[in-house]
Amino acid sequence: MQYWRWLTGVVDPVTGERDGGILYGDFGYSRTASQPVIDIVRERFPNTVDLALWTIYPMLSIGIWMGVQAAVNQNKFFDQAARVYSIVGTSFPTFVFGLLLLMLLYAKAGWFMPGKQSNWVTALIYSGELKQYTHLLTIDAILNLRFDVLWDALRHMIMPIITLSYINWATFVRVTRSSMLETLRQDYVVTARAKGLKEKDVINNHARPNAMLPVVTLAGSSIVGLLGGVVITETVFNYPGIGKAAADAAAQLDVVTILGLAIFTGTILIITNLIVDVIYAFIDPRVRLT
Amino acid sequence: MTTQNTTIPTGDNRLLEETRSTKKVGWLERTVGTDLYRILKGMVKTPTSVIGMILIFIFILIAIFAPVIAPPVGNDPYKMPRDGFMGEPQAPGSPWTRNVPEIPFWYKAVTGNEEWVHLLGTAQGQYDIFYGVIWGTRTAFQTGFIVVIATVLIGIVMGSIAAYYGGGVDNAIMRITDIFMTLPYIMMALIFSAVLTPILGRSLLPPMIAMISFGWMGYARIIRSDILSIKERDYVLAARASGLKNGRILFKHILPNAIYPTLVLATLGFGDVVLSFAALSFLGIGTEVGYADWGQILSFARNWITSLDNYWYIVVFPGLTLTMFVMGWNLIGDTLRDVLDPRMRGKI
Repeated sequence: MQYWRWLTGVVDPVTGERDGGILYGDFGYSRTASQPVIDIVRERFPNTVDLALWTIYPMLSIGIWMGVQAAVNQNKFFDQAARVYSIVGTSFPTFVFGLLLLMLLYAKAGWFMPGKQSNWVTALIYSGELKQYTHLLTIDAILNLRFDVLWDALRHMIMPIITLSYINWATFVRVTRSSMLETLRQDYVVTARAKGLKEKDVINNHARPNAMLPVVTLAGSSIVGLLGGVVITETVFNYPGIGKAAADAAAQLDVVTILGLAIFTGTILIITNLIVDVIYAFIDPRVRLT
Repeated sequence: MTTQNTTIPTGDNRLLEETRSTKKVGWLERTVGTDLYRILKGMVKTPTSVIGMILIFIFILIAIFAPVIAPPVGNDPYKMPRDGFMGEPQAPGSPWTRNVPEIPFWYKAVTGNEEWVHLLGTAQGQYDIFYGVIWGTRTAFQTGFIVVIATVLIGIVMGSIAAYYGGGVDNAIMRITDIFMTLPYIMMALIFSAVLTPILGRSLLPPMIAMISFGWMGYARIIRSDILSIKERDYVLAARASGLKNGRILFKHILPNAIYPTLVLATLGFGDVVLSFAALSFLGIGTEVGYADWGQILSFARNWITSLDNYWYIVVFPGLTLTMFVMGWNLIGDTLRDVLDPRMRGKI
């Protein structure tokens, strides 16, 4: 009964107005943040997207590059190093890595900061001088041609980006390496070598594109993970995204907020998964047949 | 062909000669069986897994001898002793004045001190980090064992039912598994344990239940695929022909033959389980403040990030302990995965 009320809300018998009800877009009121849950989402989700946008490129490019190099130089030094790295990387807890980064780069060196923006940027946004076209701080900064703001935003974001890439590289290296090794044993690679192509062409044009399929699946799931809230990383670096909001609410046992955020992230997950599946069909024609 | 092989009258037997095993079978291989022997041999011969086993062995020793290494203060040994209530962390080597534990026999010989000092410093609120790290090992093993065993059990039940009955049952169970698989693990465990905490109170239970409910899918998939191949064997047909009930065939004849890879993989999950548990308590979910638990000691550091260069010990010591623990399991797991991989068979 209570659940039904939470789902559809209560209709006031006198005025006929609907109060609450998640199906009608009202996620309820967050006790701990003292604002409606939908406002938390509206405020925080752009930050998560912003972080994800800046993480995807280094995560994918360097991770795949390392995996391919490890497979090409199988059992040589680079391969062994990548292997050790992928074990250490999966063992290093995100929050320990994050805290160590904070210790070295923020507390000791003072190069980068936690949080999202400096106070003067906040003031700039409030005064309306920095127009918010997209609510993504870095994109807005570029659109406003304020590169000092962009630089400030990146200084705040660089540590979460390093952390997220670092933990994702470990799995990317492992998957790319094994898939690439598998592909290099295929007959068409032997054929390509036999007809006298350069080793570089064989790897870049014949082997690598075919080895990318499992990597694309992994990339899809890690992008979904990035959008679904990177709870620990955002909490460590105090970055105000969806994951931090969920962690804060959970630590204070604010069930209404948590459930609202859970439904939101669930929706995001489904949509992103759908998009990834569609992209998948474009990349691999075999998928379209089934 | 017949003219040349006069010594062997019936047919060509060369193939038989070639495949006959010339390897001597040692006593260990005879007692533990070929499969397990191959795994053990692979484990001992790979340096990384030896390092992993040494690490885990050290942690097991620490967990067993925790009362000797850090004698408990007060009634509950899992509560970290506090030396006062001051907020600011104290550096390693600072004197311990209140709630001092007894001095164990090794203490004087190893440290050269007469009195207890905070060997690894104190965290915010004067919780002793050394004590927390030592007793946190027990917490880690405890949560790891319970969660791994429970997830494996659920996985086995779900996977074997799905595989054995097949058809609609299989479809239904595996689609549920798929749905659980797409959910982000940490987020869901966080949400579920936050929902459970008001009902069950602050203890180890809410995060453990949450991790169990979102951690069984991998095992279900593996056991399902193993059973699918085994249930076509002749001895299963024989069991069915002799009129046994489904449950008996499944649990007495199929499962013992299919369970093996799942159990091995379960040991790999141990490190991940401890890691996620520490992550949850780092986020402030689970045990009450002051419980000896690595994640919680690390969570104290969140309030001091502006001066972490001075208070490095509140991150480095518990952080490295946790990393070593997880790395030990992952090193073993990495080797196990190679040994179990059918393509690697015969190479190790």
